Amino acid sequence: MDRRGFLKLAGAAGAAAATGPARADSPPEPDSPEFWGVLVDTTRCIGCRACERSCSLTHDLPVPDIENDDLLEHERPTSDHQWMVVNRYETSRGEVFVKRQCMHCWQPACTAACLTNAMHKTRKGPVIWHPDKCMGCRFCMVSCPFEIPKFEYNSWNPKIQKCNMCWERLGEGKKPACVESCPTDALMFGRKRDLMEIARIRIYNHPDKYVHNIYGEHEVGGTGWLYLSAVPFEELGFRTDLGTTPYPEFTRDFLYGVPLVLFGLPALLLGLSLLAEKESEP
Amino acid sequence: MLENRDLGGELRRFGRLLLSEARPKGKLLTPFNVISIPVILLGLGILVVRFTKGLGAVTNLSQEFPWGFWIGFDVVTGVAFAGGAYAITFAVYVMKLEKYHPIVRPTVLSGLLAYVFYAGALVLDLGRPWHIINPIIGNSFGYNSVLFLVSWHFMLYMLAELVEFSPVIAEWAGWKKLRRILGALTLGTVIFGVTLSSLHQSGLGALFLMAKSKIHPLWYSEFIPIFFLVSSIFAGLSMIIVEGTISHRVFKDQIDPAKHHTFEDIILGLGKGAAISLFVYYFFKLLTFVHDRQWTLLTDGWGAWYLVEILGFVLFPCVLFAYGVRNRSVGTVRVAAVMALVGIILNRLNTSVIAYNWTAAVRYYPSWQEIVVTLMVVFTEIWVFRWIVLRMPVLREAHELPAQRARAGAPIPSTTV
Repeated sequence: MDRRGFLKLAGAAGAAAATGPARADSPPEPDSPEFWGVLVDTTRCIGCRACERSCSLTHDLPVPDIENDDLLEHERPTSDHQWMVVNRYETSRGEVFVKRQCMHCWQPACTAACLTNAMHKTRKGPVIWHPDKCMGCRFCMVSCPFEIPKFEYNSWNPKIQKCNMCWERLGEGKKPACVESCPTDALMFGRKRDLMEIARIRIYNHPDKYVHNIYGEHEVGGTGWLYLSAVPFEELGFRTDLGTTPYPEFTRDFLYGVPLVLFGLPALLLGLSLLAEKESEP
Repeated sequence: MLENRDLGGELRRFGRLLLSEARPKGKLLTPFNVISIPVILLGLGILVVRFTKGLGAVTNLSQEFPWGFWIGFDVVTGVAFAGGAYAITFAVYVMKLEKYHPIVRPTVLSGLLAYVFYAGALVLDLGRPWHIINPIIGNSFGYNSVLFLVSWHFMLYMLAELVEFSPVIAEWAGWKKLRRILGALTLGTVIFGVTLSSLHQSGLGALFLMAKSKIHPLWYSEFIPIFFLVSSIFAGLSMIIVEGTISHRVFKDQIDPAKHHTFEDIILGLGKGAAISLFVYYFFKLLTFVHDRQWTLLTDGWGAWYLVEILGFVLFPCVLFAYGVRNRSVGTVRVAAVMALVGIILNRLNTSVIAYNWTAAVRYYPSWQEIVVTLMVVFTEIWVFRWIVLRMPVLREAHELPAQRARAGAPIPSTTV
């Protein structure tokens, strides 16, 4: 680590200590300069699948045969041995390729679901998984609206497998492997607010080329990954019915109610019990 | 502490009692044993494969269906069945309804065992069960997780039920002073237990709130936690009716014949409670259904399936309970209880498995291994229930206990099985 990096880290540690641990765990603001993401311009993707290859190489996963185009015949989900896939869609404006991986939500359902904090939203944006905390309950899989966390069903010591936005590479100051390997600049890594601006400029400059909508801007409260498209997102297999509410909101009311019940109900029950006692007296 | 004896001597005596009671007694070749022993052994074999080769080797779970029969039936349904314990302890200790006192002990025992075995079966489903300690010891508290709360409330509730049941153990062991101390804890423990129950019964439903985009809209509602709470009341009461009816036949010689008539009265009372809670549940369901304007969803197969659940296994048993109570027909109440239980199984499996990811191309159905392991869990629970009922004062009165007989120097007679 150089001196600059050290000073940055010391400053961050000092700030974290000053604001307390609660701050460190809260998700970053969507427009915070720390919130990193990737902009996917599906109009630029040529379906070469170099990203699939570099992803697998980076994370010691089986390397897919990217020469074999037969795989594109069917829509493929991500899997426990492939963190990202490129799918081909026949659309109203011809063939379109779409890369799929974890969306790195601003307020992820998976981290709110996780009872051990094994699934963790980092201050920088990527959602990462800690093997030494995970119990393998798979509640993250139940909760994720994009069905991204995948589980190794055929292992005695199974892992949750999903894209971590190359967390380990970001720490070294590198870009995610997929972004680096993309030959057509279909992928762009950066801060979310910068990416949003670039996306809007592209739409503004080419109003006929793009639908005037950026997938991930508001979906489920906003995601780290953003998509531009020439055709409505439904045609590209995206779910457009997920709403704009961050998923943890769905359980918030219940969780807020818990302390009320925990302290209020015993008092009520004790009162009822005393009342019943008095009534049973002759 | 214990009857002014020295502790060492007392513990030695308890050890001897435990040893003498631990052995199986009576016939081994009963129909239940003939069926259950092979299933339990087969289940253990399946578990060896499961823990060496992974969940995929014995279950039909997939990336689309991360939770299957073990969660949907063992945990989500089993815990609803265990709701009787909090309903009855509430009635007896909080509302002082003395009528139900005779069934407190068997109900608390079956509630405790249901939690230990059904919630315990969760461990079999965990991919990395050796980390189960993490949410408890505090190196990684996921405060924002509903599952974190549910797991803590499960754990504390098991403890509360153990305390509620402990006077029985103290009587069995002949510890009079300890029995008095434990008895004094009852009201506090019951209040604590009812509170924890209402939280984790509703919490089980709250687990599915974030699966909003996956569960069929007829089964998804922001009121799932309330549905789960209300339905656990009639599920628990119906379970007491069914389980109690079976226990009364199987353990006939444990019960004072004079008490048989009281039991019918109790069943009718439970039926009344079940009818009311079923109606409240039905009304809530109807209210949300109308409010969300879900009429158009009724036209396809899912709609028909939903109507089967709501009309056939909620409204119909509700009416049947009311009819049975009104005409003092214990038989009708028993049929209604069975139907209500089927309804609960349908509802919980629909929410967690059947209507979950209903758009998926490939459906999930449990493998035979998943069913055998579930049967193994249920049979093992019945074995433990029987062991305790035949030895401790659960169904019979506390007098004439083996500990006291042993103390008096009389030989311990062998009970059946």
